Amino acid sequence: MKITEKPVAFYPEFVRKSGPHKETTHYCPGCGHGNIHKMIAEAMVDLGINERTVFISPVGCSVFGYYYFDCGHMQAAHGRAPAVATGIKRANPEAIVISYQGDGDLAAIGTAETLHAANRGENITVFFVNNAIYGMTGGQMAPTTMIGQKTATTPRGRIESVHGNPIRVAEIIATLPAATYVERVAIGDSKHIMKARKAIRKALTNQVENRGYSFVEILSTCPTGWKMDGPDARDWLVEEMTKVFPLGVFKDESDHREGAWHRQVEPFDPAKRDAYLGAGEAEAKAEKLPLPAELHCKFAGFGGQGILTLGLFLAQVGMRAGLHASWIPSYGPEMRGGTANCSVNLSERRIGSPLVDKPNLLVVMNQPSLEAFAGDVVQGGTIIVDTSIVEKCPEYPGRRVVRIPATGIADEVGTPKVANVVLLGAICAATGAFPQAFVEQSLRETVKKKDLVDLNLAALRRGYEHVGDAG
Amino acid sequence: MNDSVQATAPFIEIDAELCKGCKLCIGVCPKGVIDISEKLNGSSYHPAYYLGRDCTGCALCFYACPEPAAIKVVKP
Ligand SMILES: Cc1ncc(C[n+]2csc(CCOP(=O)(O)OP(=O)(O)O)c2C)c(N)n1
Ligand code: SF4
Ligand code: SF4
Ligand code: SF4
Ligand SMILES: [Mg+2]
Repeated sequence: MKITEKPVAFYPEFVRKSGPHKETTHYCPGCGHGNIHKMIAEAMVDLGINERTVFISPVGCSVFGYYYFDCGHMQAAHGRAPAVATGIKRANPEAIVISYQGDGDLAAIGTAETLHAANRGENITVFFVNNAIYGMTGGQMAPTTMIGQKTATTPRGRIESVHGNPIRVAEIIATLPAATYVERVAIGDSKHIMKARKAIRKALTNQVENRGYSFVEILSTCPTGWKMDGPDARDWLVEEMTKVFPLGVFKDESDHREGAWHRQVEPFDPAKRDAYLGAGEAEAKAEKLPLPAELHCKFAGFGGQGILTLGLFLAQVGMRAGLHASWIPSYGPEMRGGTANCSVNLSERRIGSPLVDKPNLLVVMNQPSLEAFAGDVVQGGTIIVDTSIVEKCPEYPGRRVVRIPATGIADEVGTPKVANVVLLGAICAATGAFPQAFVEQSLRETVKKKDLVDLNLAALRRGYEHVGDAG
Repeated sequence: MNDSVQATAPFIEIDAELCKGCKLCIGVCPKGVIDISEKLNGSSYHPAYYLGRDCTGCALCFYACPEPAAIKVVKP
């Protein structure tokens, strides 16, 4: 019995994808990216490489590649995927590195990176998804837009004398001596699709066998940008695009390059990097304080309340205690509403991702933040609420809620600006993470203006006392 | 599939909730055995469905479908 179904190189559920639908993609109906993803995932399984693949997502509609493939990921700045791929491949030659890029990414802003990575013959695989438009930004002209094709920026169609001609990237790459394999395929009709599937496998197999740089241009569809339905878009691809972008193999030296493509570069040595950055020294100098439990924190409030600085304070205390620490502010949609949040991890082990989706400590300084994040807090976690500002704070079953009028206390101490320091005291008391004297010393060393040290210390102590008294 | 009833003919399964109604599977099926439903699914798409006969298990619909998990092809 043969079953053809979702390849296991896709995550069972796309948990990183926002919104309620975790098993479908974020792509529009009929979009070619989905077909190409599927064929890449299938090839990863069949070649047994997903455990060592690093998929580099571009800027474009496929920016969220990391939602889908169960492999390593890096999301590159616009057009820079081949440069990022070069770094990853050279640092870790065992990795199978995929640079997945659209036409805007690869052939406009990233033209230089594209040509130079090919010209160096990097042992990577590039999948170039040519849909003749900038899909993500609303259908503007791309370097590969066809003559006469209407886009948001060529409302009367692309005109040769004004906008130049569509660029045939595969043909250009094929002129570079270092490139190993260059083919253009399409996802038009079934014959095309099955050929594309073969080319994708070959381009990955080449990398597994160290045969050097492989480039597969895949003519794809953007039904939304083209203002067509799925089937019409496939027809237009077959009838029109293939005239300007002929399909076929433009170069294939695969058979002559077996094993010959191991680079003569010094292998990457993490110890050398750490020595260079002085990272090892800092670790050695810090006193080591054990942490009762790993902290995965989310701090949220209005911009200007010092919520991001609170996160930084805690991360710095953690670093002084010899812990691994991460701090990352969020500029998600909630930023636009004038609110801010940051994530902090403190651990005795290395931290894999700085993101915190399921905090065990949440500190909120406004009502919308409580409502947005309280549901994410894990069972047994702690929620600290500034009740000077948050009016409604219900109970959350299985979670400890610490109520503290932090802004009011700070005002009593001298200024509402130190509300975040009151909260720092509350955090340390509630989690038992650090001895009070240690946090006080850290604060003394961190606060830049020395005349403000006493104010900050007073705020910190009031935070500690409040939680100590309450619990 | 029920364990006791072993299917002998190839067939496909379309998960109506994971289908975006793009009709690409319909266009490629050499046997013409996929159609689009009158009903809407939870995401407001008219999903594709299998007519329940004559599938050859060629899997062309699977590769034409952009969604990872909408179509499953079984060839006994
Ligand atoms: C530095 C920078 N410049 C411009 C943009 C805006 N931008 C986002 S995606 C994109 C082009 C996407 O087109 P393409 O690479 O063809 O991908 P598609 O969405 O069509 O798959 C542009 C110009 C950006 N995000 N960053
Ligand atoms: S805008 Fe175009 S490329 Fe982007 S998801 Fe929609 S159809 Fe695909
Ligand atoms: S497997 Fe082939 S015959 Fe069966 S429904 Fe899909 S395309 Fe049609
Ligand atoms: S190709 Fe996939 S998403 Fe499109 S209609 Fe068919 S099953 Fe649904
Ligand atoms: Mg594009």
